[in-house]
Amino acid sequence: MNVLVYLVPLALLLGGVWLGMFLWSMRAGQYDDLEGAAWRILSDEDIRK
Amino acid sequence: MADTLDLSHFIRRTDAGDATMDFAIDGADCAACIDDIESSARDVPGVVSARLNVGSRRLSVAWRDEACDAQSVLESLAARGFRAHPFELHRLEAEDVRQTRWLLRCLGVAGFAMMNVMLLSLAVWFGAVSDIGPETRDFFHWLSALLVMPAAAYAGQPFFRSALAALRARKLNMDVPISLGVILAIGMSLYETLNHAEHAYFDSAIMLLVFLLAGRALDQMMRVRMRTAAANMAALKGDLAHRLGPGGEIVTIPVAALRAGDCVMVRPGDRVPGDALVLSGASCVDESAITGETLPREIGPGAKAWAGSLSGQGALTLRVTAAGESSLIDDVRRLVEQASEVKSRYRRLADRASAIYAPLVHLTALCTLAFWLLAGAGAHFAIVTAIAVLIVTCPCALALAVPAVQVVATGGLFRAGVYLNASDAIERFAEIDHVVFDKTGTLTLPAPRVANAHEIPADLLALAARLALSSRHPLAVAIARAGGADTPFADASETAGAGVSALVGGVEARLGGAAFCAMADEAPRGADVSLMRLRVGGRTATFEIRQALRADACQVIADLRARNIGVSILSGDRPDAVAPVAQALGVSDWRGGVKPDEKIAFINQLSRAGRRVLMVGDGLNDAPALAGAHASMSPIDAVDMARAGADAMFLGDRLAPIVLALDLSRKARALMRQNLWLAVVYNAVAVPLAVAGFVTPLIAALAMSGSSILVTLNALRARSSARAAPKSAARERPVAATFRKAGA
Repeated sequence: MNVLVYLVPLALLLGGVWLGMFLWSMRAGQYDDLEGAAWRILSDEDIRK
Repeated sequence: MADTLDLSHFIRRTDAGDATMDFAIDGADCAACIDDIESSARDVPGVVSARLNVGSRRLSVAWRDEACDAQSVLESLAARGFRAHPFELHRLEAEDVRQTRWLLRCLGVAGFAMMNVMLLSLAVWFGAVSDIGPETRDFFHWLSALLVMPAAAYAGQPFFRSALAALRARKLNMDVPISLGVILAIGMSLYETLNHAEHAYFDSAIMLLVFLLAGRALDQMMRVRMRTAAANMAALKGDLAHRLGPGGEIVTIPVAALRAGDCVMVRPGDRVPGDALVLSGASCVDESAITGETLPREIGPGAKAWAGSLSGQGALTLRVTAAGESSLIDDVRRLVEQASEVKSRYRRLADRASAIYAPLVHLTALCTLAFWLLAGAGAHFAIVTAIAVLIVTCPCALALAVPAVQVVATGGLFRAGVYLNASDAIERFAEIDHVVFDKTGTLTLPAPRVANAHEIPADLLALAARLALSSRHPLAVAIARAGGADTPFADASETAGAGVSALVGGVEARLGGAAFCAMADEAPRGADVSLMRLRVGGRTATFEIRQALRADACQVIADLRARNIGVSILSGDRPDAVAPVAQALGVSDWRGGVKPDEKIAFINQLSRAGRRVLMVGDGLNDAPALAGAHASMSPIDAVDMARAGADAMFLGDRLAPIVLALDLSRKARALMRQNLWLAVVYNAVAVPLAVAGFVTPLIAALAMSGSSILVTLNALRARSSARAAPKSAARERPVAATFRKAGA
């Protein structure tokens, strides 16, 4: 059962990274416009510049 | 027009000192539009950033002060064919958005804890049948406790707060059993862990929170969406007013920035921006939006003009007596307030369910405790079993049953061009068995049409249309639209109150009243018909202009009848103007010349007879009836007061969205009931097991997630009927947008 010594912290770490990314993306406003992203994928505005 | 436009009312400052302003955008319906809109704003020199939020149809623009102003952004957008309207974020809406973020954050934290705890719990569950040692099991239980306790303390706040508030008010709501269940489950699990017991319910507690938070977040997002749509509509309708400054200069301001006491100028064809007294000038005003009366009223100095009435051919100077939202007739407001009080007594399906559910759950848990104590099973077993009952009955499925359906149905209505104002509107629409229509602006189109266009020679019609372009009189506007003209005569001149004349190929052409065109006055052709004459040399024509029925009015009445829904017409217009409309539609139950309080009385009478009435109207005189009826709808161009009282608004020139909304709502309510029954069946199976003491953490987890998923999947079935609905006027605009792009 020694494997738990690093597997459990690893699982928690991965979960923590996910939580951090979620909170960051929400604060950055990525959930403000749920429809826009689907439409913007066809836009090449960013390439022109 | 060389007026200055003053939009400072809407500008906000960022920390960097840039000015930012939000615009509600009309016509953003295709992927290419996003680029188009953003770049047309970004191309204005001085603009720092422009970002369109497609979900809320709002454009946020930031610019450096000295280099740019709001007007040039508006002009740049208008040049590409997009109507943009300055927009002010309402305090309530900002609060809702904040609340949504908070719920999502709670959901994120709870989700993180659940994933990790499930990992540990699975090991324990499967270890129970294989070879997990007691030390490892204890270790996993302790780890779960460390994860779940802080996560639940944070993510459970929405429920704990609401439960506390309810208890303080000495009431029980759905959040009381939820909070109790979560806290007891964690408390008991901690006690069991300390005693090296085999079962701990940490996973159940956190899973409960995740499912419930998901339901809560869905509910909240729907509310934000409805508020956004309503606010956009208010902004899109937001007209401009021409305010006279002290030095006589004209400043154009949004109506929202108008104050009582301001002097305003109303040009021919403009709407009166607020209730006002006429200082100078004379005009005839079309008050059909307010009283339902279709014939214009003459007003002069000293007369009162109501907000929303359409001024005819004369320019007016007015002093505003009541501006913005306060602009309405006092009587109507009083009636609206009385009527809304009555309606607020409606209790939602979910509230009714939880009122029965919460006491029942607590009683069952108490009985279980008492039963096992009396049966001599020992205090520990009795308490553990009672808590297991509370955990298993925690209303996961019940809390998801209604919001999940509402979200799907609201989305479907939204796509079909129906915007909901009240979140319980769907439930009330589903019960409707009688529809009362207003006539003017509801069954008929808001703008009058030329009724005899096909009888008039095409060349005369085209000529009249070009002449009519030089006037802003409502009747002239109708002729211009009928003839499809787009180039006015260069030398046309308008004689106020009489008509328009121009030289066409050396012959004088005149369009206007009978005297202006030197024609004999003839008897009126009908109560709701206005006549315009045309004389070109020796040739003459007479245009009949009247309110036209909406294209699908007959079809909609037939559809309603086919669904066994009664139909009546109640109009503020004169009876002899209502009769032909009622006859054309085949409605025998109609009244004309009805005052606002009589409309309410009529609806109350129907309600007392056991009918659930849907009121459809657009005028100020309909507002009390809209607020008082069991449910109500308004076309999008209704007056503010009517839209505020209506439960839903529909877009476009067709009435079909009404039938669609009723159909979809019936389906949605059937699904809500199904879902509630599913939740009941789940409890009928799970509670006896829990009372008998058979519920282990594994069974609790399976039962709870199973029922929640079942309920959510069932809710998604509302999509199929929403999809089948024809796309209405809401989607007709992109065609115009495509043409414009092709031409550009």
